[in-house]
Amino acid sequence: MKSKKSKVVAFNKWGYIFLIPFVVVYSIFQLIPLFTTIYNSFFENYRSGLTVIGPTFIGIDNFGKLFSDKNIWIYFGNTMLMWIIGFLPQILISLLLGAWFSDNRLRLKASGFFKTVIYLPNLIMASAFSLLFFALLSDGGPINSILIALHLRTEPFHFFSSITASRVIVGFINFLMWFGNTTILLMAGMLGIDTSLYEAAEVDGANSRQKFFRVTLPLLRPILIYVVITSLIGGLQMFDVPQILTKGAGSPAGSTMTLIMHLNQHLYSKNLGMGGALSVVLFVLTGILSIIVFKMSGFKLEDD
Amino acid sequence: MKKRLLALTMAMIMVAGTMAACGGNTDQPADNQGAANQGGGEDPGTPDPGVEPDPGVEPAPEVELVTGGDTLTIYCWNDEFKSRVTDHYADYTAVDATHGTIGDTPVEWIITPNEGNGYQNKLDEDLLNGVGIDLFLIEADYALKYVDAEYTLPISALGIEPSEYADQYQYTKDIVTDSNGVLKGLSWQGCPCVMFYNRSIATEVLGSDDPDTVQAAVKDWDTFNETAAQMVDAGYYMTSSVADTYRVYQNNVTTPWVVDGKINIDANLEKWVEDSMAMVEAKETRTHDLWSDDWSAGFMTANNNVFCYFGPAWFINYSMTPRDDDGNPQAGTIGAIGGWGACVGPQSCYWGGTWICAASTCDNMDLVADIMRELTMNPDVMTEIVEADDDFVNNQPAMEAMAKTDYTSDILGGQNPLPLYCEGVLTLDLSNLTAYDQACNEEFQKAMKDYFDGNATYEEALERFYNAVQTKHPELTY
Repeated sequence: MKSKKSKVVAFNKWGYIFLIPFVVVYSIFQLIPLFTTIYNSFFENYRSGLTVIGPTFIGIDNFGKLFSDKNIWIYFGNTMLMWIIGFLPQILISLLLGAWFSDNRLRLKASGFFKTVIYLPNLIMASAFSLLFFALLSDGGPINSILIALHLRTEPFHFFSSITASRVIVGFINFLMWFGNTTILLMAGMLGIDTSLYEAAEVDGANSRQKFFRVTLPLLRPILIYVVITSLIGGLQMFDVPQILTKGAGSPAGSTMTLIMHLNQHLYSKNLGMGGALSVVLFVLTGILSIIVFKMSGFKLEDD
Repeated sequence: MKKRLLALTMAMIMVAGTMAACGGNTDQPADNQGAANQGGGEDPGTPDPGVEPDPGVEPAPEVELVTGGDTLTIYCWNDEFKSRVTDHYADYTAVDATHGTIGDTPVEWIITPNEGNGYQNKLDEDLLNGVGIDLFLIEADYALKYVDAEYTLPISALGIEPSEYADQYQYTKDIVTDSNGVLKGLSWQGCPCVMFYNRSIATEVLGSDDPDTVQAAVKDWDTFNETAAQMVDAGYYMTSSVADTYRVYQNNVTTPWVVDGKINIDANLEKWVEDSMAMVEAKETRTHDLWSDDWSAGFMTANNNVFCYFGPAWFINYSMTPRDDDGNPQAGTIGAIGGWGACVGPQSCYWGGTWICAASTCDNMDLVADIMRELTMNPDVMTEIVEADDDFVNNQPAMEAMAKTDYTSDILGGQNPLPLYCEGVLTLDLSNLTAYDQACNEEFQKAMKDYFDGNATYEEALERFYNAVQTKHPELTY
């Protein structure tokens, strides 16, 4: 008994040593920047041309300025809206694909191949994706040529001058990039469900729809929550696709301007104060949203 | 036991590795400091008596050059200046893509592309930290940001007299003159714009492709807009985008973008918005971004639907008419069949141009001054640049002499455009530049695009513009 206890302690020691690289990297690249960002948000500190202004301590003035600007809410709305436009089809398609791939009775052929294919878009850079769609949907691009050739339109449709079209395009690109990733996660969750439960359901005469809604979905909830939270956090940080697609303008009329794109605008003048304040707000917002999702799903943090 | 030993070894390697990464960094910054300190003693604020007769400026003290620095460090954003130096500066010997020598002094090129403001970010950081930059290049859009700062040396501090650059066009000097009237940069280029029109469309709609006939149809903005209506009736666009005329209106403003820290919109820009909106509604032009594929489609014979573009020599020779591998005009472009003509247009403007500046940390002033003298003042070298590179150089007598020769351009269907450039360049007035021009011009066009596209009212677009400029320059009000 005694020797066993000492062994546990010894293993702990090794554990800590092997944690060193992570802790060091995490502190340097995540933890310290997090605290300096919070610190910076209380200072006036930017550049006017080559003149450095500040840093001067101004308390919470940056936050006051941030919230007195009604645009911040518009940008938050844009971000959430474009996330939902992308996330709804993403979660539905992923659930469907996940269910098919994990269903033993379907015995899909070459599922390895298809799993790879649906994951592939995630390997393409968001910027490449954006540029591709920009070219496809431009006035002289192939989509408009087809629309005109089919006599669906007499003149090109200006996709990037339409608020709805621009938002849908951003959402669609995000959907296309991430549905493979979500499918893999959900599939892993589904494969983890005990097959005897399905067998039992079948014995009780359940059809495949009942099996999905009564067995798969409830048992998948922890994974589903994880997917929603990570996607929500990723969505709040949406940047690359709309940035490249609209050349940082969030056009038309700022309808695709996300919070992080606005943050990026502050960095033009190296405005660490306002940039920091916006980052802190985002940080808090992310935390609150995560807690809401946790609470809503009845997920207990202490659960295994 | 073996397993334990392995684990122990791996753990040690891991700890050692982490430590090593920490240790490596400590002695790095020292490298940059040495070079920076050498030039630091020079007073960057030396006033220059010769350039502008400013009554408040004292006469310059005896110029003392700082020379003999280790390396001549040059900051730029592409290969253009390097190829000018390589081809036309006799003392320069290239070693490799980013290194060369002038006499015994090694030359280092630090090239940072312009994308995403990358060049300015790098330059700002290094100027502020006193990294030993000797020479750097700037563009007109943001020239004052560097010219109005202590990090740029006055030209007089390099021992260059005003009489030496008297032949340069005044507008090229206006752009790099700081708020105290001190000249701080020099350029070898002049970039006056003219209006390039599509000859076949001119013949069809206006009855002739003669430059005088076309000029009569676009001589001022009212006539220009009347002609635009004719173009639409014939199935053509007057200009490719509202962005085409922006530069022309903007270069002819009578008030600067910022007055006493307050953003100011000039009447001529309001006129641009009004005229452009009318053109967009009448489908005489579109709202594409400059350099987008849709915008440049009018360069090709396959489309042949845009009547005119505005631009300088480099624009017609390289952008509108890209070259193939042999240096000939690319097949399929209107330029390749000599399909463009040139006339002055409603108003004159300039586009682009590169200025050479000496940094306050410069410790090779003699070399920098010599490069400036050779490339921007030596008429022989400058004539050579015109002939070799199709550039319009910053030397009034040389260009006016060339305008009188039988030089013709194949792209322009055998027309000699030089007299037009020479005429346009003299009317340029750039006294209204501010250090905020780049941000204001970019954001104003972005915001107004929403108005033209019907996604915002004029007031909403203006509000967006003010907000965007304030984000970039928090010190401004409106």
